[in-house]
Amino acid sequence: MNSTLLVNIARFIFLLLAQVLLFNRIDLFGYINPYPYILFILLFPVNGNKTGLLVASFLLGLIMDMFWNSGGVHATACLVLAYFRPAIFKFSFGLSYEYQTVKLNDVLTPERFSFILIAVVIHHFTLFILEIFKISFIWDIFLRTIFSTIFTIITCILIIYIIKPSKR
Amino acid sequence: MQQIFSFILKNSYRLLFLLLLVISLTLTIQSHSYHKSRVISSANFLTGGVYQQINNVNEYFGLRKENQELSAENARLKSILFNQKDTTLTPNVNVKGIDKAEIIVSKVIHNSYSTHENFLTLNSGSKDGVKSDMGVINSAGIIGIVDKTSKNYATVISILNVQSKINAKIKKSNHFGSLVWNGKNTGYAQLIDVPRLASVRKGDTIVTGGQSIIFPENIGIGVIDKIYTDNVTNYYTLDIKLFNDMTNLGYVYILKTKDRDEVMKLESETIKNE
Repeated sequence: MNSTLLVNIARFIFLLLAQVLLFNRIDLFGYINPYPYILFILLFPVNGNKTGLLVASFLLGLIMDMFWNSGGVHATACLVLAYFRPAIFKFSFGLSYEYQTVKLNDVLTPERFSFILIAVVIHHFTLFILEIFKISFIWDIFLRTIFSTIFTIITCILIIYIIKPSKR
Repeated sequence: MQQIFSFILKNSYRLLFLLLLVISLTLTIQSHSYHKSRVISSANFLTGGVYQQINNVNEYFGLRKENQELSAENARLKSILFNQKDTTLTPNVNVKGIDKAEIIVSKVIHNSYSTHENFLTLNSGSKDGVKSDMGVINSAGIIGIVDKTSKNYATVISILNVQSKINAKIKKSNHFGSLVWNGKNTGYAQLIDVPRLASVRKGDTIVTGGQSIIFPENIGIGVIDKIYTDNVTNYYTLDIKLFNDMTNLGYVYILKTKDRDEVMKLESETIKNE
């Protein structure tokens, strides 16, 4: 129990630093950024403390907002993702997901991919709606969501693959 | 009473979610209203400190360009100095026609340009005399307006922010308009509400107007790139190609307008008397 807690705290700090130092500065084509920091929410243990995840995601988003000067945009998006995470698990892995030990950081199967895809889309869509905050820019919102989603998923899968061997 | 407690206990997860959601949405909406005090900003100790460290490393990569810019500016200042007949008559060097402003030199330590509401973070704050609503420029032209300050850092609303609105005019004809940004291209801003009477041509220079107390008159903004006419209203909308490359900023000047306090005081008294 204690080691999972430590692993999660380390992941929180590592992903936050990686996001601020590296991924926020990519700016592909001027406006596309990957947001792999949400891996923290995705990789949180399935049977872990739900309330803890909610609070941790809120803090994660809030710190991102501080760095990004964006009010509460990231905090809201992370919170929404954390809240809907059990539902996405149920959708992707079937009803009894809590009894099978679902492990995300392993070989990529269709179930794992669909889980990551849905989670990233939910997060990014909330994020860009709140960030742009104008209905007249709806096309812009979709465009940014689609491109950033592709980019985020690629970086997420890469990070999962890179970190996996060290766990053995 | 017991039922209320059991309800709260049963739904504690959902209630916590709603509580946090309300907090974050409040912060979001607050950030979208112009000039509200920001609680969550990059001008605090933690985030400002991290950006300062990143910038310390980053600076080495831009040294060549920075040197070129500095030498270009040196050359310009020297040419002013040498062309002056009596140098003792001018007590200090002007930056492009600014006379009533004092200048604080500062450095951009974080620059965002990928969202619709972009902010810069500078490494000087209230300790150096920076206050909200001061204008920020560099040697090429206008950059933005100071939003919030802490002891050592300040955030700036960049002109690449859909909420920024700055008074500007066409240098040649003195027709006024408002400089805004449509959130699309970082190299271009838009000048709206220019009357049809104004004669505008591609390539005309746009400078800051005298109606604002934040910026002195005649600071460069950009040149006209495209002209659109609005059939409904009798106004032009102009695409302005900015002098500044907003994606690549180093040292900037913060302008203290001396008359600002006086004008503000006068205006607030006028409103009170009405």
